[in-house]
Amino acid sequence: MDLRVNSIDKSFSGVAALDNVSLDIHSGELIALLGPSGSGKTTLLRLIAGLDFPTGGAIHFGNEDASAKSVQERNVGFVFQHYALFRHMTVADNIGFGLKVRPAATRPPKTEIRRRALELLDLVQLSGLENRYPNQLSGGQRQRVALARALAIEPRVLLLDEPFGALDAQVRRDLRRWLREIHDRTGHTTVFVTHDQEEALELADRVVVMSKGRIEQVGSADDIYDTPNSPFVYGFIGESSRLPVRVEDGQIWLEDRLLGLEAGHAPAGPAQLFFRPHDIEELEGCGGCIAGTVTTSRRVEAKRRVELAVGGPGHRIEIEVPAERSIPDGGRIAFRPNSWKLFRPIEARIGAKLP
Amino acid sequence: MADSSLALQGSFAATPQTPFRDPTAESPVAKWTLISIAIAFLALILFMPLVAVFSEALRRGWQVALASIVEADAVAAMQLTLIVAVIAVPLNLVFGVAAAWSIAKFEFKGKAFLITLIDLPFSVSPVIAGLVYILLFGAGSYLGPVLNSWGLQILFAVPGVVLATIFVTFPFIARELIPLMQDQGTGDEEAAISLGANGWQTFWNVTLPNIKWGLLYGVLLCNARAMGEFGAVSVVSGRLRGETITMPLQVEILYNEYNFVAAFAVASLLALLALVTLVLKTVLERVYGRDHGARH
Amino acid sequence: MSAILAVPASRRQWKQPSVIPGFGLTFGFTIFYLSLLILIPLAGLGWRSAALGWSEFWRLASDPRLIAALKTSFWTSFFAASVNVVFGVIVAWVLVRYRFPGRRLIDAAVDLPFALPTAVAGIALTAIYAPNGWIGQFFQPYGIRIAYTPIGIVIALIFIGLPFVVRTVQPVMEEISREVEEAAASLGANRFQTLWRVILPGLAPAILTGFSLAFGRAVGEYGSVLFIAGNIPFVSEIAPLLIAIRLEEFNYPAATAIGAIMLILAFVVLLTINLIQAWSRRRYGYGG
Repeated sequence: MDLRVNSIDKSFSGVAALDNVSLDIHSGELIALLGPSGSGKTTLLRLIAGLDFPTGGAIHFGNEDASAKSVQERNVGFVFQHYALFRHMTVADNIGFGLKVRPAATRPPKTEIRRRALELLDLVQLSGLENRYPNQLSGGQRQRVALARALAIEPRVLLLDEPFGALDAQVRRDLRRWLREIHDRTGHTTVFVTHDQEEALELADRVVVMSKGRIEQVGSADDIYDTPNSPFVYGFIGESSRLPVRVEDGQIWLEDRLLGLEAGHAPAGPAQLFFRPHDIEELEGCGGCIAGTVTTSRRVEAKRRVELAVGGPGHRIEIEVPAERSIPDGGRIAFRPNSWKLFRPIEARIGAKLP
Repeated sequence: MADSSLALQGSFAATPQTPFRDPTAESPVAKWTLISIAIAFLALILFMPLVAVFSEALRRGWQVALASIVEADAVAAMQLTLIVAVIAVPLNLVFGVAAAWSIAKFEFKGKAFLITLIDLPFSVSPVIAGLVYILLFGAGSYLGPVLNSWGLQILFAVPGVVLATIFVTFPFIARELIPLMQDQGTGDEEAAISLGANGWQTFWNVTLPNIKWGLLYGVLLCNARAMGEFGAVSVVSGRLRGETITMPLQVEILYNEYNFVAAFAVASLLALLALVTLVLKTVLERVYGRDHGARH
Repeated sequence: MSAILAVPASRRQWKQPSVIPGFGLTFGFTIFYLSLLILIPLAGLGWRSAALGWSEFWRLASDPRLIAALKTSFWTSFFAASVNVVFGVIVAWVLVRYRFPGRRLIDAAVDLPFALPTAVAGIALTAIYAPNGWIGQFFQPYGIRIAYTPIGIVIALIFIGLPFVVRTVQPVMEEISREVEEAAASLGANRFQTLWRVILPGLAPAILTGFSLAFGRAVGEYGSVLFIAGNIPFVSEIAPLLIAIRLEEFNYPAATAIGAIMLILAFVVLLTINLIQAWSRRRYGYGG
């Protein structure tokens, strides 16, 4: 089932939560909505489900306009962060609930509902727990039951709101892999919300990065990481360092120093230089490079992360060097980023967009 | 799954201002029906009796009502009611604080059972509260004749009325303080003691300020019940005019004498007490954010 | 300090050690006061009824008038508590979910039966439901009498039992998570199905507890019923009243027997409430 979100606006008592958001989701895709809290990702998911109603715009399920349909009519599978299982029902009754509440004409017989529940329980690898109550399950098990319950109604799309947010780290990793497997087997169009970039990049076919009610970028994990299209995405995904620079004559300057980087088509004037701390080349001498004084350094996994003070005001940036390299605090390092990106000054953008 | 019957709703697409029903709310019709049922039921069961008390009292004008209130027997009943409350409430207050201190600040076995025992008077009919004291002190008991020979009259006298009142109001303050003090834990007291305070200093300066609103709340409910108790008191009172008649008993006596205006006049004083209690209770709930409790 | 450290940690103690003083004093006073005023008198009732001997107890307990009174007490209390469940749940729902003018007033008024002396409630309800009363007059032409019949008893018991149901159910309702209702809706349940199949069953433990509390209170109620019941033996006479009557006749053995039966009934109700809560907590993870 294709899913089309068309210029959706949503405001809560006058405060904009979503601002002209459009998104095309292809049938069978696994999509992550990624962003910090307050970015509007959960709001978007709830609008797709029909749990909230947009202030403007439309939502299409395939060729059908779903905008005016209630959540009951949309036939979506929704999985909540805190599971939202019915505590007074057994696991099997929870899973069968969506079938049981159908109108008599389309309601399967009791035995069939039970059979389907057991089948789904098998799919989520919880066979044998059908007569337990939610209270008697672990968090990970509860979330699997919640997923089975959502799948039971044969949803047109599967929507998951921070599905692993309430679980601890190890369970999260297991469930993540497992969700991918379930998705590949069942082929449901799936949208999930997360604030965990690792989860989004690892799990999703495409990631939708959101910030302040807008979509910043949509793309595969490679696109998002390698070619971020905004300072926000560059800063939000992965590690990054940034320096306030100036573009003049097609060259990039930090104060009065030439950095040895070609500015390309960037317009003259102030700009922000972004690069990844690990993707740099250390230089011996420095004809055109970034040089700074080491303020601190610390070991981070396989690398050593060094914080430098650069330029007159002592801009703080981070780079990574091999772990064997030991540099005393106060020593000087010169380097040049291998890949980098220039953006217009962030301050100007934020100033224009903040409410 | 796409059902064609709903396809015509596509025409609404351009105007997303279509009325949207919150999936977690009832339709306005259902909502107002339920509100109406609730209000009608409460009007019939709660408000009407309250209004009836005052309306019956004032049936022959306020002078008649006032005259029945300042009449000697009524005044004596008010005095006794006050005396009973003044004895019963402080005793139960001391007990409530002691019980809450030992239960909330310490861990020991059998605690849940002790709490159940403290709750017991809530589960027992007030008539039984009176009955047990009659069996304890009445004719045919061991204690009664002995105390009588010392000139101590318990039953059909003020001490019996006080005892019966204490029985039925026994758990109010303890029940209010125990959960409150359990929630507050022992951290504050331990801090005070580590700073060199002794037990009394800790209680007066640390614990009491923490529990004062809950304490007041419990006293309020305890007092309302103490002044209004009927069943237990009626069994042990003996109904000696001017001596062992509390206000609720005075209401009964006047009512049984078909002196309805006087009965309702005294009753309206008790109803005023109830209203004041409710107002103070609501204010206190606002002040200290207490949840509603059912076991009053 | 060394004395404290010397206490072997492994020893299972009746009371865990604490730096807070006053346990002996407060615990001792609690037990003393509780025993003196509640436990010993109640034990006295048990002892006196045991002293009657089995055959005498049975003879007193099988008095047809007593059996009729117990039946009346049981059925009127059961019926009143059932009515309270229906309307109490509606009132609680309205108070928790809706905002409308007068809501706070109504919320406060629900506690009126806790605060209003029962004798006052009794004469007021009688005045309203008597054949010439505000409401009674509408039933009089149809030959329906409310006051001075078991219907009157039920009315009085509804009055005194209402807050027990509302105040038990209300806090549980407040904690129903919005997510659960949304989950039901997303699975296709309409609002009625969500209420009927998800929310109400979830409230069942609280409703049962509220019912038991209202029932327990109703069985023991005396003051409010006394005036409205008419107190006709075999028709509208309740068990607590029969105790009072026997006491006035100085027939202490009979009063003792009735008291013992009522006490047992009270314990059964108390036990039921505790079982409901333990069962609900074990199975569903929340109490009533």
